[in-house]
Amino acid sequence: MTEPTGTTLAPALEMRGITKRYPGVVACDGINLQVRPGEIHALLGENGAGKTTLMNVLYGLAAPDEGEILLDGRSVQIAGPSDAIARGINMVHQHFMLVPVLTVAENILLGEETMANPVFLDRKEAHRRIAELGRRFGFEIDPDAKVGSLSVGWQQRVEILKALYRNARILVLDEPTAVLTPQETEEIFAVLRRLAAEGHSIVFISHKLYEVLEIADRITVIRRGRVVGERRPAETNEDDLAELMVGREVQLTVDRGTSHPAAPTLHVSGLAASDDRGHPMVKGVDLEVRAGEIFGIAGVAGNGQDELVEAIVGMRRPTAGSVTLDGVDVTGRSPRGMNEAGVSYVPADRHRFGLILSFPVSDNLVLTSYYRSPYARGILRQREAIDRDAASAIARYDIRTPSANVDAGTLSGGNQQKAVVAREFDRDLKLLVLDQPTRGLDVGSIEFIHRQVIAKRDAGTAVLLVSAELDEVLELSDRIGVMYGGQIVAVIDGPTADKNAVGLLMATGGAERDPAAAAEEAAG
Amino acid sequence: MSASTPSAPRPQPGLVARAWARLAIPLVVTVLAALVGAAIILVSELLVPGVEFSWTLPITAYQALLEGALGSPEAIVSTLANSAPLVFGGLAVAFAFKAGLFNIGVQGQFLLGALGAVIVGVWVADWPPILAIPLATLAGIAAGAAWGFIPGFLKAVSGAHEVVSTIMLNYIAVALLAALVSGPLKVPGSPSPVTFDVGNAAWPVILGRIGHIGIILAPLAAAFVWWLLRRTTWGFQVRAVGANPDAARYAGMRTKRITIGTMAFSGALGGLAGTCVLLGVTHTMTSGFGTTVGFDSIAVALLAGSEPLLVLPAALLFGGMRAGAGLMQIKAGIPVELVDVLQAVILLFLVASPVLRRLLHLNTARNEPATPRATNMVPDVPV
Repeated sequence: MTEPTGTTLAPALEMRGITKRYPGVVACDGINLQVRPGEIHALLGENGAGKTTLMNVLYGLAAPDEGEILLDGRSVQIAGPSDAIARGINMVHQHFMLVPVLTVAENILLGEETMANPVFLDRKEAHRRIAELGRRFGFEIDPDAKVGSLSVGWQQRVEILKALYRNARILVLDEPTAVLTPQETEEIFAVLRRLAAEGHSIVFISHKLYEVLEIADRITVIRRGRVVGERRPAETNEDDLAELMVGREVQLTVDRGTSHPAAPTLHVSGLAASDDRGHPMVKGVDLEVRAGEIFGIAGVAGNGQDELVEAIVGMRRPTAGSVTLDGVDVTGRSPRGMNEAGVSYVPADRHRFGLILSFPVSDNLVLTSYYRSPYARGILRQREAIDRDAASAIARYDIRTPSANVDAGTLSGGNQQKAVVAREFDRDLKLLVLDQPTRGLDVGSIEFIHRQVIAKRDAGTAVLLVSAELDEVLELSDRIGVMYGGQIVAVIDGPTADKNAVGLLMATGGAERDPAAAAEEAAG
Repeated sequence: MSASTPSAPRPQPGLVARAWARLAIPLVVTVLAALVGAAIILVSELLVPGVEFSWTLPITAYQALLEGALGSPEAIVSTLANSAPLVFGGLAVAFAFKAGLFNIGVQGQFLLGALGAVIVGVWVADWPPILAIPLATLAGIAAGAAWGFIPGFLKAVSGAHEVVSTIMLNYIAVALLAALVSGPLKVPGSPSPVTFDVGNAAWPVILGRIGHIGIILAPLAAAFVWWLLRRTTWGFQVRAVGANPDAARYAGMRTKRITIGTMAFSGALGGLAGTCVLLGVTHTMTSGFGTTVGFDSIAVALLAGSEPLLVLPAALLFGGMRAGAGLMQIKAGIPVELVDVLQAVILLFLVASPVLRRLLHLNTARNEPATPRATNMVPDVPV
């Protein structure tokens, strides 16, 4: 990687004293950021630290209350995204802005149509330029491929191509690796390095420390709207960065201790389930989770994990197979039936399933037990008991909220998830099912939730953990099942698992697949 | 997902601020409607030949309206009596809103309620009032509940949208009523289709000449609905299904059953509105029976932001306008239909309330939307 020669070079991008206030909150408080030509500059911070707001200011989506933006040393006003694009600033969003049914070339041309004449698109010229750009940056792509048929990693490359096609000089990537496998992450890093070498400036937003250390030339850490430090990877490490980011010392990897698994609690056999549109997503899963162990399921999102979990907890009717809990057949029981049988479930989407955002925190803390003593007597809700236990849960689970009576929607993501965790963990359990328990959370909240999970395991609960975050699965699991194409393709020992091996299994499903299953998949 | 929304908890607004956020829209909307009404009066003066133009006519008209609604003990009783069915109907709509359901079929449930009350009322007309009144009242409630149950059931089993099915049931109710009143329920030998009088089943008058017990039952019903929603597990479920059906299902609530129950209960309140008019006011039914109470109820509930207790003042406003319209026509020469115009304008402004909120700098993102989804649906609905 080229070290930017001379600090004398004017920064490609400079943001000076950017301040942006929202009612009651200062999202950015005098932030200074300098990005040099050819530099990969990482922006690191917890959720709500102000990274996204800062980038929205840069992209013209939010007007700063104070401060200025300079491009190549000249002060500019950015009126909106199209203005930003015209000035060579492009953003690759976490959620891709692509049309799946269109081809790569069509997606890239959207809004930027090169006309051969006033009526027809100049497809030939567009194809030539796309092919040339791909060659130059080391990823050749078929311009006629349908975007929907591409893997997530390649879709991201299409987004990057789109930016390059528009002559982007400054590329902002908002958590680009959140949806990628480790292999895909490596590949995208190679692309980014190539871009930087050609003189592009890259702003890389992330809260994954090891990634930032690997890819960035410089790292700016933001906490509560302020820049709290600037580092070069060589002069820092993960612990230092985490401390800067959170403002206190953080234990990055939870001390998992040793597990003492007992008899199997959950036994799933031949389970099959379909998604909402009736496509089979889970195709005959067998698994066993023992009391006092964490069974992790690793897999690229969309390989049937969500449907598997929903079928186990009663949210989705299995099409075949059985679920037994401590020897009792509970297949097809209702969510409440499962809850009362001692199963707690932390859903992947806390906004859609886990919480009612327009209800107070206290009501959300009793969402699955509101009808039971002591929270109800007959049909009468017992406000005192609800409020008392809410206050206690808020204290014990460190839910930061002004009171139990504010709406759950006003809390930060981490505190919302802590509320879900408090509700689902805080009782005697046989089985705890966790789907993406820390998705989108900051390191402080992740640390807290991981500790709670370990504590639950040590108390003898069987834990089934699904996460798209491979590191999370590796860190917590006693055993790991890799899910691919609706099946568990391998079960490996957690503490000794090799990250690359698991990543490869996630991406390919493993070389030695059951031919019958492969045929079935092809047929389905 | 680094949040673009500020993550620090917003400070809880104080009591005054909360009250303002709740009441600002209804108050502003009412004032705006009055201004639009005044403009219409002025324009109509110009259009009607032979009328001498007077800038003060709107003031005269509103004064008369106010006097007719509140100017005398008799006027006040009239306002209360006019408001009572609107309270029941408004509660019916508001309750369904809380579960995310738009019960636009209050009119049908209203008619069925009146029908149930008159059928049983005529049957028990000679019984002692202590038996006749409750029986006829319960019959009206039950008939309304049954009429509300149907769209709830259809929605639960087949997903049929309640807006469509309740509108269609409105038509069926009108036709059913006409058929029964000109057929089996008709007084034999009567020249026009009219039923017998409900006799002892009529609601007793307790205030003035027309102040029937509905004026007591209406606030009690509002308090009951408030209590049900806020203090019971049933109400919690209803609100949960309305606010987030997915989370409700996750929490183990039987969302379909709750949908059916909500519609039946909403229908029961709609039926009570019809019962109130029949047993409290008309005592007989003609084939033309049918006020606009069912439709006005939707406006009442919207104006009240679906808050059961706010349904009371909203119903009083609409009931008062009905009570005062006559005097307005006599004193200012403004047709009583102006009241319909005012109601319609109020409804229009309520539908545009997101715009008003922005103009008033009310934080739109705050708290439970008073009428979940329903306000967005109003424009799609041919009311």
